[in-house]
Amino acid sequence: MKTIVTDFEYLPAKTVEEALELLAQHKDDDYKIIAGGQSLNTAMKHRLITPEYIIDIKGLSDLDYITFDEKSGLRIGALTTHRSLEKSPIIRDKYPVLAEMEENVASVETRNWGTVVGDLCNADPAVDPGPPLIALDAKVTIAGKGEERVVDAEEFAVDFFETLVQPGEMVTEIQIPALPPHSGVCFTKYSQIHGDYALASAAVLITLDESKKKCVNARIGLGGVGNAPVRAKKAEELLKGKEITEDLLAQAAGVASEETSPISGIEASAEYKKDLAGTLVKRVGKEALARAQKA
Amino acid sequence: MKQQLKIVVNGEPYDLFVEPKTLLVQVIREMLGLKGTHQACDSSSCAACTVILDGMAVKSCSVLALQANGKEVLTIEGLADGTKLHPIQQAFIDNWAFQCGFCTSGQIMAAKALLDENPNPTREEIQEQMDGHICRCTGYNMINEAIRDAAKRLQSEKSAQSGKGAA
Repeated sequence: MKTIVTDFEYLPAKTVEEALELLAQHKDDDYKIIAGGQSLNTAMKHRLITPEYIIDIKGLSDLDYITFDEKSGLRIGALTTHRSLEKSPIIRDKYPVLAEMEENVASVETRNWGTVVGDLCNADPAVDPGPPLIALDAKVTIAGKGEERVVDAEEFAVDFFETLVQPGEMVTEIQIPALPPHSGVCFTKYSQIHGDYALASAAVLITLDESKKKCVNARIGLGGVGNAPVRAKKAEELLKGKEITEDLLAQAAGVASEETSPISGIEASAEYKKDLAGTLVKRVGKEALARAQKA
Repeated sequence: MKQQLKIVVNGEPYDLFVEPKTLLVQVIREMLGLKGTHQACDSSSCAACTVILDGMAVKSCSVLALQANGKEVLTIEGLADGTKLHPIQQAFIDNWAFQCGFCTSGQIMAAKALLDENPNPTREEIQEQMDGHICRCTGYNMINEAIRDAAKRLQSEKSAQSGKGAA
């Protein structure tokens, strides 16, 4: 049986202040933050990490919220589970792409206990929420004791399992601006088994002008095809200011594909993933456009 | 250092002391001796170890036991009423929804969590809920049929009860 072999000291926090205090105290120690632990526990079982301290923030019910208003947009507290995001009436109404994304995250059991922010902080390059958050222009709030900073979702993960979160810090919230009129967003992932990490994933946002002809904004997020989720800026530029035709979309997909740098693995070669990323951009781009025309 | 874990399992309160590295499945199987919850992949991939924690299906191999402090757990042993099987258990038998039975307790707990929330699920909704459960012998159709059958049984049980209440 696989169990966690190495002992650690368990430090549960009840409030955000308590969590930040614990983090400040253990800043220079070998610690890990646990929320749902759906990736962390497995990593500990495999002895990939053997922290001396586990700071448990799962009990911070203050950070378990999803709120929306037109002015400040959407706010997702750091202890929101995948399942809460999936089932939230606010999400289904305003950002259905996030519910669509959630339906393919692992399994119901994992979504029930695991958190969205925990998933982001684990920073697997194929993290499911990564691409849609990039497409939606999300910001991530990182807090330390007595300080707070806000970073762009696309900057958040810096490398395989590495983020901008520094020792002594934790993520407290994700913010997503309200979508402008005539916007459509779509996400899809390709994986060997339903619910598994993506070989490649893509999210596209398209905003059209008043006449619903010309693209005024485009954002493209890709997952699984680099050492962190990728924003395909060159492909976005190609779409902006133009009427999006199938040809243009195919061209942008090709450009997006060139903006990736996947590595080969046992499931697929780098070339395959690169190509797949382009195919997915074309596919979700088409749907995002259709949604923008209806919105 | 061991820490206190107060937990209610199948209605029984327990006051335990556990090492922080202990997983919920280890408490259930090794400390409480409830071996109906099975461990297979131990890496959150098969769902055989599914139990219900405060109303939600979770994989007990992937939850730190101390995170269940103060919470209620329901395992397969908590379903039957004495020797009378729970309608979901009976429906699994009647619909040939298992062969070796290793994954069955996890399947039944996930089905219970679904039916508690949604008493009349569609085939697709059942599929979505059971998606993470790996069964190597049965094929998944019979499991889906068993859960739809269980939903009917639970509903008729419920209406029989409310009928009695009215009389």
